[in-house]
Amino acid sequence: MINISNLSYAFGTGSSRTPVFSGLSMNVQRGEFISVVGGSGCGKSTLFKIIAGLLEPDNGRITLNGAESATAAKRLGSVAYMPQQDLLLPWRTVMDNCLLPWELKRSRPKAAAVAEIRTLLQRFGLEGTEGAYPQELSGGMRQRVAVLRTVAAGNDLLLLDEPFGALDAITKRSLQRWLLELWAELDKTVLFITHDLEEALLLSDRIYLMTGSGGGMQEFPAGLPRPRHHSLNYQPQFAALRQELELKLYENRRS
Amino acid sequence: MRTAAPRSLLQHYGPASLLALLTLAVWETVARLGLVPPFILPAPSAVCKALLEERRLLFGVHLPATLLEVLTGFALSVVCGCLLGIAMHLFSPLAKALYPLLIISQTVPLIALSPLFIMWFGYTLWSKVAVVFLTAFFPVVIGTYDGLSKNTDAYRELLLTYGANRWQILGKVGVPLALPSFFSGLKLSAVYCVIGATIGEWLGGSQGLGYFSRRMAGNLQSAKMFAAVVLLSVLGILLFLAVAALEKIILKKRGRYS
Ligand SMILES: Nc1ncnc2c1ncn2[C@@H]1O[C@H](COP(=O)(O)OP(=O)(O)O)[C@@H](O)[C@H]1O
Ligand SMILES: [Mg+2]
Repeated sequence: MINISNLSYAFGTGSSRTPVFSGLSMNVQRGEFISVVGGSGCGKSTLFKIIAGLLEPDNGRITLNGAESATAAKRLGSVAYMPQQDLLLPWRTVMDNCLLPWELKRSRPKAAAVAEIRTLLQRFGLEGTEGAYPQELSGGMRQRVAVLRTVAAGNDLLLLDEPFGALDAITKRSLQRWLLELWAELDKTVLFITHDLEEALLLSDRIYLMTGSGGGMQEFPAGLPRPRHHSLNYQPQFAALRQELELKLYENRRS
Repeated sequence: MRTAAPRSLLQHYGPASLLALLTLAVWETVARLGLVPPFILPAPSAVCKALLEERRLLFGVHLPATLLEVLTGFALSVVCGCLLGIAMHLFSPLAKALYPLLIISQTVPLIALSPLFIMWFGYTLWSKVAVVFLTAFFPVVIGTYDGLSKNTDAYRELLLTYGANRWQILGKVGVPLALPSFFSGLKLSAVYCVIGATIGEWLGGSQGLGYFSRRMAGNLQSAKMFAAVVLLSVLGILLFLAVAALEKIILKKRGRYS
């Protein structure tokens, strides 16, 4: 699906350049759910912006769907990116927000797009919110609408940047269960940023650890069997993996 | 709900109406008692009488003339102000060049400049429209430009990843976010238009409420002068309310975000 090799990026210009990461490589197969974990400020959001095509990397190659893109801007419009804030337009209803990606492409009749969004609203547990404005919804619902809009963009690769980061613990738990169930039927490839280790273990096939301070990326095979149930959280196998993951992160921090 | 509506109306407009009535009552009493000569301060009732007596001239000739100047000037201000505001947003060198000049254009005392307009346009509609335009276009430009200058980086990036181009980003995010600021400018502009038209008519011409009020003042017919002033002020209020109503309709359709 996507292959990244030897990617590096630095903010700033001239002598005051501060490297965010370098020599970063990862490989994602079609249909995988991959989490990227790492401390705050280690460059996770920056990596996603590069993949989405918003930032040009200093070095390295990105191959998307088997084709290497010459410039970052070439990838714009081919990867669905959900930024850290939900960025729902407050003056548009839920339906109109979800129609936004369609409005910009107009690749098919409106009725078809509306029908698809109605089906998705059902599947996302958002029936009856079609005509509501974002500020009338709870935080958890807004986040689901934002995920829906990302799915409705119609790309196979979804980049979700800490989608549950701003939610309270209880809502977060229920959305993790929701995503786990949804994921089984959605047939998309997902790259998922989080700093919640349990969330990463519960949801993903593989986990990449970002080391930060100019370093690269380390793979951690999560490999819990699917289909998964959220009660997995309480099993000893899960606790062991979590401990291992935490140790690894800590090692990387020190070195 | 049905019983609550009149009560909240009373709460909203009660104090202002009460104050206005009180002022009128005191004014009327003072004038009736003859404490002030009528050519200095005519009684409100005398103003009403003048309004009725001169209704043919006021509503048949002068009000339409002023209305034409105001509406022409307002339309020109809105069209030019919007275009200029958008152009300044799209080409930042233009904004840097024009912003100071725009401010200077507002500090020039218009009354001093107006004889120049008479020289350029003669005693036609256009010399008055020029004054209206100069007073009324500034709030539109600033409202449009400042509204469009809101930081939309996060939205811009999101729309870029959907494959949007510059114009689509302006249309889907820039314009909706600019609307509240644009309407603030438009409401100011509507009020300024009436003031501009009055100044324009004072300087020369043969019709319009401003011209009428000045002529009556010259003849010491203060009641008739006040009648024209009342009409001018009502005209300004109605224009303002019309724009406010339009704003409410448009922004309501876009949700309760402002
Ligand atoms: N526009 C920017 N200009 C300069 N530095 C930035 C900019 N955006 C982010 N950074 C820096 O780059 C680093 C990585 O940021 P980010 O990718 O947002 O981290 P994360 O998402 O992992 O928390 C941080 O140290 C941040 O301070
Ligand atoms: Mg981030």
